[in-house]
Amino acid sequence: MTVLVGYLPTVEGEAAFAAALDEAVRRAEPLLLINSPRSGAPVSADAAAPAELATLTKRASEAGVALEIRQPSHTGELSEALLAAADEADASVIVIGLRRRSPVGKLFLGSAAQQILLNATRPVLAVKPAHH
Amino acid sequence: MSAVIDGFAVVLEPTNLLYCLVGVVIGMLIGVLPGLGPAATIAILLPVTFGMEPVTAVIMLAGIFYGAQYGGTITSVLLRLPGEASSVVTVFDGYALARQGRAGAALGIAAIGSFVGGTLSIVALTFVAPIVAGFALDFGPPEYTLLALLGIMLVATISSGGRIRALAAAGVGLLLATVGRDDFTSAERFTLGNLSLADGIDFVPIAMGLFGLGEILYNLEERHRAVQPPAKVTGVWPSRADLRQSSGAIGRGSVIGFVLGILPGGGAVLSSLAAYALEKRRSKHPERFGQGAIEGVAAPETANNAATTSSFIPLLSLGIPANATMAVIFGALLIQGVTPGPQLVTEHPELFWGVVNSMYIGNVLLLIMSIPLLGVFVRILRVRATVLAPITVLITLVGAYTVNNSVFDIGLVIGFGVLGYLMKKAGFDPGPMVLAFVLGSLLETSLRRSLLLFDGDPTGFVTRPISGTLFAMFLAVVLLPLAGTLLRRRRPAPTAGGEVAAHPEADRPTDTAQTQTGSMEPGPTVNESAENRPADSQQMKSGLVAGKPVSQSPSSTGPADAQVGSMAERPGESPSRNPNSETKEPE
Repeated sequence: MTVLVGYLPTVEGEAAFAAALDEAVRRAEPLLLINSPRSGAPVSADAAAPAELATLTKRASEAGVALEIRQPSHTGELSEALLAAADEADASVIVIGLRRRSPVGKLFLGSAAQQILLNATRPVLAVKPAHH
Repeated sequence: MSAVIDGFAVVLEPTNLLYCLVGVVIGMLIGVLPGLGPAATIAILLPVTFGMEPVTAVIMLAGIFYGAQYGGTITSVLLRLPGEASSVVTVFDGYALARQGRAGAALGIAAIGSFVGGTLSIVALTFVAPIVAGFALDFGPPEYTLLALLGIMLVATISSGGRIRALAAAGVGLLLATVGRDDFTSAERFTLGNLSLADGIDFVPIAMGLFGLGEILYNLEERHRAVQPPAKVTGVWPSRADLRQSSGAIGRGSVIGFVLGILPGGGAVLSSLAAYALEKRRSKHPERFGQGAIEGVAAPETANNAATTSSFIPLLSLGIPANATMAVIFGALLIQGVTPGPQLVTEHPELFWGVVNSMYIGNVLLLIMSIPLLGVFVRILRVRATVLAPITVLITLVGAYTVNNSVFDIGLVIGFGVLGYLMKKAGFDPGPMVLAFVLGSLLETSLRRSLLLFDGDPTGFVTRPISGTLFAMFLAVVLLPLAGTLLRRRRPAPTAGGEVAAHPEADRPTDTAQTQTGSMEPGPTVNESAENRPADSQQMKSGLVAGKPVSQSPSSTGPADAQVGSMAERPGESPSRNPNSETKEPE
């Protein structure tokens, strides 16, 4: 069993990682980080930089948690990619960050977090970043 | 001289200034995007130019061509993802500099080098082109026959993708040029009774299909591994030391670029490879190259810009396009009712000098814009191919229809698009085919006119002094590589070691993106097993030039991609079988 965290290089992703790290310590389980940019474009703002991932690895090892990082690119829905990864790793809990999206924005663009919450067959921990 | 000044008056007309700006901005954008090259873009935009004045149209198209050279640098340096084939070598030192946090200096020196190279090349063009054109005024049909033959032959020899394949493609291009009504006898040839084919196949659908649609289809297959956006670039101005270090490289790059740009089949890719090779060879510390040598950025970027400019010389003074992009611009001029040739300077001075002088303005615009607009260009890279490709295809097909309001043309574009895609898949370069198609009608009419002149006696080609000389050059281009191949066959593969599989990717920039951790990093390499004859071994050190022992003509010192091609023809000496010829990775 592992703790799976969906990570993006944003405040929300940062909050999700922090919560996931706590969760992994509490459950004494390894942590699996999925950072999945959409394929097709040469550059994606969703892709985490190697330097950033190195910091995360360092934080995990300081907390005594084994961290595995995967960066598969996805086509179609991000939620499907994340849930597939969760099934494959048989995750005990999925940790995601929630970002603020207006109802209209949600109507047009949908919400990856909502789809994960609705479709996941395992516990989901949804985290919001602290207010600035 | 007054014609030159009048040319500036033409450029400074608001419309022309605007289209110059539009051209260079589009050029930079497609330069940034991997895959879509200047030839494809110009082909796609051909229908847009119909409503314009000829001068304006060519000013814009030229802007796209040299603008792309600036744009290609940006992704090479920041993301190790060359946007254009001519920026592939920039990756080695440009990306190394970026990792040291000196991306600004690399981009700055590339912009300065491009500007200097481009400007020096325009100045030289200003003086050389009218002289060449004046000389060429004496050319009659026999001279043009041989010039066209020589052009096709040179392009096929230097082209990427192997000589045999390039010749085959050129042959198909020549055959396509014969479709339609015979100009001399009015007999219908290969029209299959189809009225739409009676006037021959238009150049536009062929260029749009082979370059435009074919390239889009091909690029859809390329899967980029998305990377994170690069950090903000700071400190754009290169330091005084950087400038001092690269001034020589910029000077030499300008000369190399200018000379290689004039050669048919040469152009930006070849010259950037050659300039990098030369700098590495001259350097007292060649080991710095690949580790972030500023000259390694300055030289190729200067050379590719100088080459794009000087490749206008054969087009504007002889009417012979030197490379694929020039072939498309040639087509654009024909559509406008202007036949490029020696008469251009005298008959259309406003067009000639307008286009030449617009390049000064364009280079200044590029120098001003390239750095401040970095963020915008990097943003473009976030657009997915699945979004970009359908839009481009739609524009292409709508454009193809509007030329003649003909649905048949759309069919042609799709047909040639599929052909272009299959050619690329099979390793054929569509460039020689388009070039041969363009030169095919010139070749045919001049050949038949000369035979009429000579009363059917082909020896007339040899006895006229100019055509005789051209014929000798043609023979040299045909025979020298053959002789080289034979010589190499006789020896038990000593030179095969020198055939460093330098960078086959040079021709297909997107490939390098996929093999990011692979052969890109170390850069062109030294091969110890290379022969020690001075000239050859020096070239081999660069990993760019080939073990062709007879290196008298430029064609026999082809770039990496020409090499790869010639290896394909001789499977016995393929790099996979000879461990020495593999690229060494100096870790």
